[in-house]
Amino acid sequence: MKAATQTISASECLLRMYDEHHEIEDYQKGVPRWCTGCGDNAILTAVQRLCRDEGLLPEKTVFVSGIGCSSRLPHYMNTYGFHGIHGRALPVAEGIKLARPELDVFVNTGDGDCCSIGAAHWIHAIRYNMDLTMMLHDNQIYGLTKKQASPTSPIGTKSNTTPRGSYLEALNPLTVTLGISNVSFVAQVVDWIPEVLYQVVSSAFHHKGFSFIRIVQRCPEWLPKQMDPWMHDPQRILLLHHENGLEISPSLAKVYTKMEEHDPANMNRAREIASSDDPIPVGILYRDDDIPCYEDVRHDPRLRTAEMVKNGLNAELDKFTVWPEGATHV
Amino acid sequence: MQLGDNIKPNVSATNGNHVNRVSARLKEHIVEIISDSGEGAQKCGQSFGSIVAQMGHGVWTVEIIPAEIRPPARSVAGASGNRIRIGEKRVTNGGNETDLVVAFNEQVLLGRVRSNELKPGCTILLESMWRDDQNPSIKNSYIETYDQLVAAGYRVYEIPMEEECHKHVTDSRRGKNMFALGMLCSSYSLDLQIARNQVALTFGKKSAAVINTNIELLEAGFAWAEANLDFRYEIPSSKTTEPQIVVNGNTALALGVLASGMEICAMYPITPATSASHYLSDAFEKVGGIVHQAEDEIAACAFAIGASYAGKCTVTITSGPGYSLKQEAIGLAVMGEIPLVVVNVMRGGPSTGQPTKTEQGDLMTTIFGSHGDAPKVVIAPGTIEECFYSVITARKIAETFNMVVVILSDANLATSQQPFTRPTFDEAWMAPPIDQSAVPAGAKPYDWDPKTGLARRFIPGQPGGMHTLTGLAHDVNSHVAYDPEINQQGMRARSLKLAALQKTLMPPTVFGDPTGDLLVIGWGSTKGAIEEAVEEFREEGKRVSSLHLTFIQPMPPGIKEILAGFKKIITIENNWSDDPNDEIIDETNRRYSALAMLLRSRYLFDIDCWSECRGTPLKPNTVRRVILEALS
Repeated sequence: MKAATQTISASECLLRMYDEHHEIEDYQKGVPRWCTGCGDNAILTAVQRLCRDEGLLPEKTVFVSGIGCSSRLPHYMNTYGFHGIHGRALPVAEGIKLARPELDVFVNTGDGDCCSIGAAHWIHAIRYNMDLTMMLHDNQIYGLTKKQASPTSPIGTKSNTTPRGSYLEALNPLTVTLGISNVSFVAQVVDWIPEVLYQVVSSAFHHKGFSFIRIVQRCPEWLPKQMDPWMHDPQRILLLHHENGLEISPSLAKVYTKMEEHDPANMNRAREIASSDDPIPVGILYRDDDIPCYEDVRHDPRLRTAEMVKNGLNAELDKFTVWPEGATHV
Repeated sequence: MQLGDNIKPNVSATNGNHVNRVSARLKEHIVEIISDSGEGAQKCGQSFGSIVAQMGHGVWTVEIIPAEIRPPARSVAGASGNRIRIGEKRVTNGGNETDLVVAFNEQVLLGRVRSNELKPGCTILLESMWRDDQNPSIKNSYIETYDQLVAAGYRVYEIPMEEECHKHVTDSRRGKNMFALGMLCSSYSLDLQIARNQVALTFGKKSAAVINTNIELLEAGFAWAEANLDFRYEIPSSKTTEPQIVVNGNTALALGVLASGMEICAMYPITPATSASHYLSDAFEKVGGIVHQAEDEIAACAFAIGASYAGKCTVTITSGPGYSLKQEAIGLAVMGEIPLVVVNVMRGGPSTGQPTKTEQGDLMTTIFGSHGDAPKVVIAPGTIEECFYSVITARKIAETFNMVVVILSDANLATSQQPFTRPTFDEAWMAPPIDQSAVPAGAKPYDWDPKTGLARRFIPGQPGGMHTLTGLAHDVNSHVAYDPEINQQGMRARSLKLAALQKTLMPPTVFGDPTGDLLVIGWGSTKGAIEEAVEEFREEGKRVSSLHLTFIQPMPPGIKEILAGFKKIITIENNWSDDPNDEIIDETNRRYSALAMLLRSRYLFDIDCWSECRGTPLKPNTVRRVILEALS
């Protein structure tokens, strides 16, 4: 169990943690209003399964998102959720985690939300290295605002804002992430291989630090054929496996025969792999378990008491106090 | 005033022969110390302020800050230093023009003269080394300026400060400020021992050798003035029986954050708000608090929102441009009903405006800011002491009403120092522990009370309280709502909370009689200057009173009754309003200052206004002039 409690009713919570068992249904809420065939559905299924398997307490779990199709995910989780404003999911999640390190905090974001309006936060989230699990739902198009080019749209993508095809080279979220100092966990997966999707989400959750997962996903409404070549040809997927990475099941290995044994400690090779979009590398590209987490570096585990505040305040006030003549003071 | 009897400087008398000193008893005086930046005039001025406070004088200090970190040496716009107003009684503002100035070069002095900051006939203690400078242009500029100042009637004393310091240290440029402090202590008949203690405190982090050298320089300055200056001032003091705190507004805000039991401050550096976070960064962690320097202003606000959502209440401290960037996130906190304290230390605007100068230009954007209808509480402290207590009040309101509370301070309060009674910590100031008890069955995350709009707060960790907070319009269950009725209901609830808070407020007190010929209304940092001018008129028998608003949204009850008691009402503010005498300004296009506009629309009184945005704190004399015009 990952969660540790330091709140007033800690003993009560600890007791409940081991007593309660939740089924997948306990983490489900409402009927997702995503389009049929949307990759978001697969991601939702994977995280609900993760919650069940890890026995996460719904009340101790928070899904944070920004704006976009991806960011509707917290609404379908029967946990705490925070569906905020465009691009700003990460700083909200960081605030939650710093204030309450015992909560399990997930971030769901899209390619526009993360790589465009929220790019500054994304880069700095990697630097902070807080113990968050971030899923970038990357469908290479703006969905909720109805088909505009995204920073990850491949060159030539026709959209409402690029009717003659997008003219800029796509941004590669993996190479960006791997280029930031303090990076601690980087993985990539595609929405149509649920077994690997689940394994990657699970590894990211267990990783202590900022886990970045780019999930290449389909948008059946605006780019319905975009991923077909990769879906229909398993040879265009490069499966990464390693004893410190993913285990590939025999049945999967039969289909996806293009594999590489990649040690996630190898940054140079990770960067090489990351730069490929055909075949799409799938698996854990990089991982460093030894980078300190921001909340551990910053957060003093002492419980704050009125006594502490009183003493702290008085010590500060002493520095600025003009005492009347004859007054005694400490 | 022309001073015909210009007292001649006494530069030659450096041999220790005591001159005859004329003692003058004063009710108050305004002193300035100015230098190029980096020469220590700030430190000298602050120490002087602390010493006179310890002597029992009323005091208000104002920082003089150039726009650049290191402006070129000897530049007219580069004056860096401090202005200290000393009084017999409590001093509530920086006052009018300066009576005595210590200047390290004639160019920075010229800047102060040109901006009309010096009183006619002002006493000037001027570093004289430039008279013999190797560089002829410096030498000539000095002599020319000196002659002009004398001709203009200023009492100029040329003082070889560096030369005197050289008798004690090799690098006199770094010690001149303490020499100047010593001269001032002598000029104002201050206790040298208190001054020594203050210097020891000021350099407390440095080695004993550094402290001793500075005390030596202080004593040298004192002795030199005793021997050479032909004047001495005495200001009676009235010592208080209670311990006093001497801090500026930003430190007071930071101490308030500490005292309120908040644990996280998220910020991004911006002038003039930053020093509050600097001070917190040092002081906060001792009690378990954290200052998070985010990647930008938006992130700082979103971070604060996340931390507040997770259980307590967090503060984000910023200034105008940063406040603009935070607007969208502030709207999210309003919509999600997340307690949040936002401090806006206003500076001159719009855009990057005047970073180091004061202005009250953000009132409208604070009340109406963020798109749509985003009701939030707005509090404007009027004194340094109120800066401290406003944070505690703000946190309490934020957590009680699940609202955003904005504290509007400004550069004037941020950098001014004034003693106030040392606060005594009260446990009730602190936030309650994070509630982790189960949410009662059937409770809904936005179960708005139909009468007050209030709903209980759900905090992550509470079993049974799981819901998704959203910035989208939502129903009582926090479900995204498209039903027009539900949106109307949510808006009503968020707005009603302001009225519910207003019902708990006390009516404000009129300064002066509750009825009369003229009522002057102000808000925020102009309080001291307005009340001082009003008091003067009252002593002259004029029927003038003033009203100072600390709560601006919601406004407290009772204001309408107060307004009804006066023949004429005018607001005085540090923001923009049209001058009705301008050629094309008339009743159909005149723009009123911010508070006047709010009061006119709320109370339907014909409230006049006068305002300025010169970047300087409002002077009592200015208020006096405006009142005279209004009375005529």
